[in-house]
Amino acid sequence: MNRLKAFLRRAAVPALSVVTALLVGAIVIVLTDFEALAEIGSDPARALFWVETVNGKTVISGALGGVVNAYGAMLSGAFGDPGRIITALQTGKERDIATAIRPLTETLVATMPLIFTGLAVAISFRAGMFNIGGGGQLMIGALGATITAIMLAGQVPSPVILIAALTVATLAGGFWGFIPGFLKARTGAHEVITTIMLNYIAALVVFFALRSPTLRAAGSTSPVSKNLSPIVDVPNIINLPNIRLDYGFVVALLMAVAVSWLLFRTTKGFELRASGFNLTAARYAGMSAGGSMMLAMALSGALAGMGGGFMVIGTVGQLTLDLSGSIGFTAIALALLAGLRPSGVVMAALLFGALTNGGKLMGVQSGIPFDLLVFIMALVIMFVAAPGLIRSIWRVKVAKPAPEIAAVTPTGAPTV
Amino acid sequence: MLGENGAGKTTLMNILSGLYKPDSGQIFIDGEERVFNDPVGAIQAGVGMVHQHFMLVPVFDVVEAVALGAETVKDAVGTFDRAAARKRIVELSEQYKLDVDPDAKIQSLPVGVRQRVEIIKALYRHSDILVLDEPSAVLTPYETEELYTIIRSLAASGTTVIFITHKLNEVLEVADDIVVLRRGRVAGKADPKTATRQQLANMMVGRDVELIVPKGPAKPGEVVLHLEQVFVRDDRLEMAVNGVDLDVRAGEIVAIAGVQGNGQTELVEAITGLRSADSGSITIGGRHVEKSSPRGVSDLGVAHIPEDRGRDGLINPMTVAENYILDSYHKAPYSKNGVFDLKAVRERAAQGVKDFDIRTPSIDTTAGSLSGGNQQKVVVAREFSVPVQLVIAAQPTRGLDVGSIEYIHRRLVEQRDAGAAILIVSTELDEVLAVGDRIAVMFDGRIVGILTGDDATYENLGLLMGGASFGGGVAA
Repeated sequence: MNRLKAFLRRAAVPALSVVTALLVGAIVIVLTDFEALAEIGSDPARALFWVETVNGKTVISGALGGVVNAYGAMLSGAFGDPGRIITALQTGKERDIATAIRPLTETLVATMPLIFTGLAVAISFRAGMFNIGGGGQLMIGALGATITAIMLAGQVPSPVILIAALTVATLAGGFWGFIPGFLKARTGAHEVITTIMLNYIAALVVFFALRSPTLRAAGSTSPVSKNLSPIVDVPNIINLPNIRLDYGFVVALLMAVAVSWLLFRTTKGFELRASGFNLTAARYAGMSAGGSMMLAMALSGALAGMGGGFMVIGTVGQLTLDLSGSIGFTAIALALLAGLRPSGVVMAALLFGALTNGGKLMGVQSGIPFDLLVFIMALVIMFVAAPGLIRSIWRVKVAKPAPEIAAVTPTGAPTV
Repeated sequence: MLGENGAGKTTLMNILSGLYKPDSGQIFIDGEERVFNDPVGAIQAGVGMVHQHFMLVPVFDVVEAVALGAETVKDAVGTFDRAAARKRIVELSEQYKLDVDPDAKIQSLPVGVRQRVEIIKALYRHSDILVLDEPSAVLTPYETEELYTIIRSLAASGTTVIFITHKLNEVLEVADDIVVLRRGRVAGKADPKTATRQQLANMMVGRDVELIVPKGPAKPGEVVLHLEQVFVRDDRLEMAVNGVDLDVRAGEIVAIAGVQGNGQTELVEAITGLRSADSGSITIGGRHVEKSSPRGVSDLGVAHIPEDRGRDGLINPMTVAENYILDSYHKAPYSKNGVFDLKAVRERAAQGVKDFDIRTPSIDTTAGSLSGGNQQKVVVAREFSVPVQLVIAAQPTRGLDVGSIEYIHRRLVEQRDAGAAILIVSTELDEVLAVGDRIAVMFDGRIVGILTGDDATYENLGLLMGGASFGGGVAA
């Protein structure tokens, strides 16, 4: 009971932030629907909310109707249409089932790398290290997996390649994260600067590697790797056509459990958290500050790298220059939204995965551009960072920001 | 006005000086009811406040710092009439023997003089009620004496002075009337001519307290801590400890007295492995520790109560239980092979909370939300949760109330009687006199004298702490 209460207290600000951001998004949709609003003088009902049946289909229009359409499309784009899923399951046709559940599985596919990188950010922030380099570490991990898969192709059985590729991805990402940790511990170089710079270097290393004919897709003029799925592919959870949800997602969930165990059940995790909160007191208690920095950054990079590995030999199937996209930065936002808790990271990653995936269908169906979702995600983070604002909007008493966030933000949480 | 920390002294005075608004109640000055909406109103009514933390612009000179906000102007443009301000400041300085150079930069002035600038600032605004909040906290004993003289001359010339303190000696020394505050109420009034320290302490705490924890004579044994010609540099690489020789034996308490900033901090850091000594020899139980890590020193059975518990001793956002195991988390029974035995952690922490009477809602409460006294008890409980041969306690009772001080002192004496060597570093004369079996005075990075028995008096300590310029004192 107390645990439930504690959870609700922690979740109040993030949950209300999401609701507030969606409401603001709705207002923006209404106010930018100039066509509908132009009619407000002549026909207010039609301008705001209008339901009619055209050719046997129910059509909603008007400015407020636009909100219903947009968010409705986003929901079914993110989770699928429940009615359709039930019908498909009843008919039992593979292709119908696949089409019906595909929105949901695609959301989980989008969520997978976000969990890995979100955990990476959480573990480093917990240790007081602002790892902005999740994107670069993911790329280096993906590169490691790609090289391993192509080099081993045909020489060893594919399960061996799978394990080897993921191991190399994890080690490579870990090494890329260890560099800024080492520089900070030994020379005091600020990790925000070094990780950002290493992001650029990682992108260029990948670009350089993809010039090699060994890696590059045959006959391709753009820097993309060969398709790796014939060599090695992470097994799918559900074997249906066009469904790419694989066991990478399950591993991501297991990693959340592992990170949680590490942080809260082991002495190394204790050292990481203690150093993150108060470096001097950790030193006074006999802990090695430098050791914690290097370990946190290496673990952080390893998680991001593993995520990159799962993308190239699983859901994505090849290495491209834009593989990481904005994942590295989204990860920072969602880790803060999650209060740096591994369980929170999973939930926040699901939310962002759903928004990203659902936003695509919203763009297609309702004509509201995908950018609105970027706007909403940014608002969520802003509201989480301003709990006082959420408190006064909703007139609720919510707990002060979790100490772990409070400890992180004043020292300058990176802007996203 | 006497009271423990948290008794409401400062809050009450902030109401008088217009910083806070009272929920109810009235303020009368010269029989007339006054309502202050802001500090300006209070200043106009003649109330001047000297805060514990000075409110002076460091890069200004005295004239500018004093006149700031109450500048006299000499023309319509608003040009600052510096000459007029300077003249008045010189007059005030002479009238009350404040001895302040009007042209000196604030940042170049010692703390005691800055305080006098604050007093001038209040008088400059025609204050006839002067509130001094814990004015002696930052002063040497000599500077405190000077302050008393100034306060007496202010009072003699008709100024009302409200002197806020938690130190018993001060009210007896300087006050004409004593008001004791406890938990936001007036707990009693006393006449300094007849009141005793013990009466005032009991009134402050609300129960009988022992101001000086009873202890038998020390039974010194083997030398545990041995310092020989220790030199240590501070963060700016200046020599802060200039050749200290000192022995602390099992079963005795050695107190290092001195004004803050005379090398005590650096010396403690060198002993505990947090800072490496420039040269010299440090041994604990016969083992050299000059190159040891903090954990290496701690593993020898050294308990360290750091001088700033909020910064060095506790991790405020972590729980009481986590702080309780902060420096032995890696050992049995708390963990095995790097994995915590949470049951053992919780049981031991709960036992520690019970044994040391830590007032906390639970062991899962964050350390930062406890009162200062209870935070210090968490530190002490942790440090004494393992067997120790040496205790290094830096400012162990700073900012604590009389009741908590009594408690901490009692625990230190217990450790001594159990055979530990104890080194206490303190700027409080009452503390070093109460618990020290031998008192070493540190000045300018050196031990300038060691006092025992009848030699250990306020006067001798005060002279030594002020350095050679205030007389020879007792030579080392």
